[in-house]
Amino acid sequence: MTELNLYETLQAKFGDQIAGANLEAIGDSWIEVTAAGLVEVCHFLKHDPNWQFNLLNCITVVDYFEPDPKKAAKAGWEPHLEVVYHLSSTEQKHEDGTRFGVVLKVMTPRWKDDQEGQLPEVPSVASVWRTADWHERETFDLSGVIFTGHPDLRRILCPEDWEGHPLRKDYEMPLEYHGIRGR
Amino acid sequence: MQTTLVDLLTSAGLPDPLAHVIRALVPCVLIIHLVAVGALVFIWLERKVSGRIQDRLGPTRVGGRFGWLQTLADGIKLIAKEDITPGEADAMLFRIAPYVSFAASFAAWLAMPFAVGWSGLDMNVAVFFVLAVLGLEVFGVILAGYASGSKWSLFGAMREAAQVVSYEVPLGLCVVIPVFICGTMNLTTIGEMQRGFATNWLIFHDPFTFCVFWVYITCGVASVNRAPFDLAEAESELVAGFHTEYSGLRWSFFFMAEYGSMLLVSALAVILFLGAWHGPIPIFSIGLGWTDAGGILGYLASLAGCANLILKSSLGVIVMIWVRWTLPRLRIDQVMTTCLKYCVPLASFCFLGALAWQAWIPNVTPASLPAPFGIDRAAIRESWVTRAGGPHATVSDAQLTPQTASPVPTTLATQSVPDRNIPVAGSTAPIGREETP
Amino acid sequence: MAASVADQRVIEFDVRTDEMLVNMGPQHPSTHGVLRLVLRTDGEVVSEVEPHLGYLHRCAEKIGENLTPRQWVPYTDRMDYLAGMNMNLGWALCVEKLLDHNLSDKAKHLRVIIAEMGRIASHLVGMGAYGLDLGTFSPFLYAFREREKILDLFEEACGARLTYSYLTPGGATADLPEGWLDKCSAFLDQFEPVIQEYHALLTTNSIFIKRTANIGVMDAEMVTDYGCTGPVLRGSGVDHDLRRDGEEIYTEMYENYAFEVVVQKDGHYPRDHTYPPVPKEAVLGDCWHRFYVRMLEVVQAIDLVRQAIERYRSADGDWGIPIKLTQKLPKGEVYLETEAPRGQMGFYLVSDGNSIPRRVRARSSCFCNLSVTSDVCRGALLADVPAIVGSLDVVMGEIDR
Repeated sequence: MTELNLYETLQAKFGDQIAGANLEAIGDSWIEVTAAGLVEVCHFLKHDPNWQFNLLNCITVVDYFEPDPKKAAKAGWEPHLEVVYHLSSTEQKHEDGTRFGVVLKVMTPRWKDDQEGQLPEVPSVASVWRTADWHERETFDLSGVIFTGHPDLRRILCPEDWEGHPLRKDYEMPLEYHGIRGR
Repeated sequence: MQTTLVDLLTSAGLPDPLAHVIRALVPCVLIIHLVAVGALVFIWLERKVSGRIQDRLGPTRVGGRFGWLQTLADGIKLIAKEDITPGEADAMLFRIAPYVSFAASFAAWLAMPFAVGWSGLDMNVAVFFVLAVLGLEVFGVILAGYASGSKWSLFGAMREAAQVVSYEVPLGLCVVIPVFICGTMNLTTIGEMQRGFATNWLIFHDPFTFCVFWVYITCGVASVNRAPFDLAEAESELVAGFHTEYSGLRWSFFFMAEYGSMLLVSALAVILFLGAWHGPIPIFSIGLGWTDAGGILGYLASLAGCANLILKSSLGVIVMIWVRWTLPRLRIDQVMTTCLKYCVPLASFCFLGALAWQAWIPNVTPASLPAPFGIDRAAIRESWVTRAGGPHATVSDAQLTPQTASPVPTTLATQSVPDRNIPVAGSTAPIGREETP
Repeated sequence: MAASVADQRVIEFDVRTDEMLVNMGPQHPSTHGVLRLVLRTDGEVVSEVEPHLGYLHRCAEKIGENLTPRQWVPYTDRMDYLAGMNMNLGWALCVEKLLDHNLSDKAKHLRVIIAEMGRIASHLVGMGAYGLDLGTFSPFLYAFREREKILDLFEEACGARLTYSYLTPGGATADLPEGWLDKCSAFLDQFEPVIQEYHALLTTNSIFIKRTANIGVMDAEMVTDYGCTGPVLRGSGVDHDLRRDGEEIYTEMYENYAFEVVVQKDGHYPRDHTYPPVPKEAVLGDCWHRFYVRMLEVVQAIDLVRQAIERYRSADGDWGIPIKLTQKLPKGEVYLETEAPRGQMGFYLVSDGNSIPRRVRARSSCFCNLSVTSDVCRGALLADVPAIVGSLDVVMGEIDR
């Protein structure tokens, strides 16, 4: 059971929903899933007896954006967000006994319909793993991605009336918050 | 006859009512000092003992090496603190509450004898009075909780109400046992009946009293809200429970009330079960014979008895401190379970057992050993009830000595020892009679 | 005269009790820092618990996007500030995984010593603070008495007592000083019997058992679903410990060490025979089991440190020279979880090829562990809420980051 195996299985089962993969990356390899197919793929990964990814370790959003236009030209990518899901299993292990995990990625534009201020939407996996509830709230709070179908999507770490999403690269710290100097 | 304080004052030319007021104030002042200074000492002791239990030193600086004056320094700090009444609080009740608690704890002390004749109010229903007034303390707590306008305080108050009301039942049952063994509710008489060697103490009267003593201790700890039954203030759940919103002096009144009742409950245990003011070896009564000697010697004997009582009570308080710093806290339902499923049945069982013991095998007790190891309780009680020597008449030590091991009450009734001052049950003697040395 | 009871709702309305919203925290003695729980209670029964976080939030991840990995090490200290060494280790290994940096054996054994000592220190606080939550104060101080000795050892090794920044990417900031290993062994010899004291005061105390056994029960499916890890996961009977099941770069540190994962199998813990048996009231997955797993992990850690000291003495190589402060990182991304005392602490590092990473992410174990609160506290008594939250052993610094 390896990542390659898993990729092939997923491709065979979900076809177009699997957008691609990087299996030779430095560090962790990953599999790209379309937003539309995410919940289905996750459900399969969790419940299929061959894989049993019952632990959702982490949900991260990586902001690929470069505020400096000079650097942006050299960056080699269009601005976008990557929602990264790290899954692992407490049931299944590699043959050598080490941890068995997979990285799923969903690519999404930085703003919905390219309109600044419109947060992009990704389906919620809270129905698959209950831990996704808080992770998605955190991700929404800090990186500004709306998880559609989430039971209770509100800020978790920042105050409820906080403006902006701090982990976005173009975020600017407010000058003042309830009379507290920000910068 | 002993000259009383009232006699002394009237003979000095004071009008009679004023003399009685002054007479009433003297024990009040003495007892308020006992409660306040007791609290001072026990708070210091609690800090030292808990410190030692926890590998710390406790206070070491204020007032010398052992931090003697730490509580006094705290008291000054508390007095200096701002007296805050929360905006949401019912201001009047909020202010009254600590005094209600303190007053209850203090008033119960009035009926406690410290030695024969040494009590603020020598009552023939002292046991009843003490329990009843001690139960009033809960009103202060409930008032505090309700009037604070804080939810945590309310939780604390409701818990306290539930807990104290439940524990009154087994506590009452436990207390009834020494009462019926002695046949009196007068604490002085109960104390006097345990005269002689430690074998006469009621805890060793029969297996049931031994058993019920521990039930009493458990219920006593619960009724004064000490750990593991300190649910009303449970700091890890309710922040500080009923006194969450209190600060400064008012808060310290709650504290004083708590320590006052701790000492009271353990003093009651000592009087009822542990020989009251009698030591395990009767040095003063039998060894030296001072107790009945009257005059200065009798006074000294009483003083030693008083010290004895306070020492034993303090040991009880230390046990409470020890328990507090060792055990985790119970949950409210477990506290109620402990009361209703264990304490009440146990106390009832002991009650019936002791009753049966009294009825069928009253002589198979350490108290029925030959004197001075044992005493004839019936004889003592009879002498108190039937004595014809007037309100100041009392039992003589004669009946306790081997020569008169089986005294005849009617002959004893004529014996009257002048340095004793105990009113007969139902007598019309002025309450609160106090001797002057 | 008699009121009609035809309509049952009339009676129900008459005896209805009001629910009350109570705010527990952020300044509350038993919320372990600045957690705020909004409780909906009906008398003593809690019908709903809503945790509110973020009072310690400082967006360490954003700070990490502006610092090189070595500069960010001190920020990891401040996450789980009770086990700073383990946080350092997690981050160091994550960076090393990206750099494909190999450590000498000596450096690995040093890390085992330090990490397991950190685990002992952390579990001691967890144990003591749990006693506080249940209303007993003394075990807390007994725990701190021993923890102080560990902190003294740490201070000698790195100069700090709380925020160590000792294990850094590349190795450690310095070798262990002369004589440190002897002091460490002496401490372990002294400490091991002390654990019996804790068992006497807490584990086997009947009030403690009453307060924790069969309270806050979570089955294996529920804990994994909520992403709970560490003692919470193992307390529910899931045999999963990253020191054995983790990624290679982490498990090779523990290669050839003899240790058993502390988890109940067939009704028995690996060390049941020398330590108090499981009381019959306890149910797998309750507060008592979580506590017990921590206590046994302390024993396990003692054993591991002893083995590591032996190996360290005879190992070759250096203690691990830290990487350059501004070392360029290869383009790529790594995610690595390590077994910190409170669960699996994960770090995610995305690099563009500069020395400053594009994205740094800390996956907090306590964050996931805490997320079960509202589910597991529902229907509990008010006094059980601190007991349950305490048994999860959360550190707000790590949750809020």
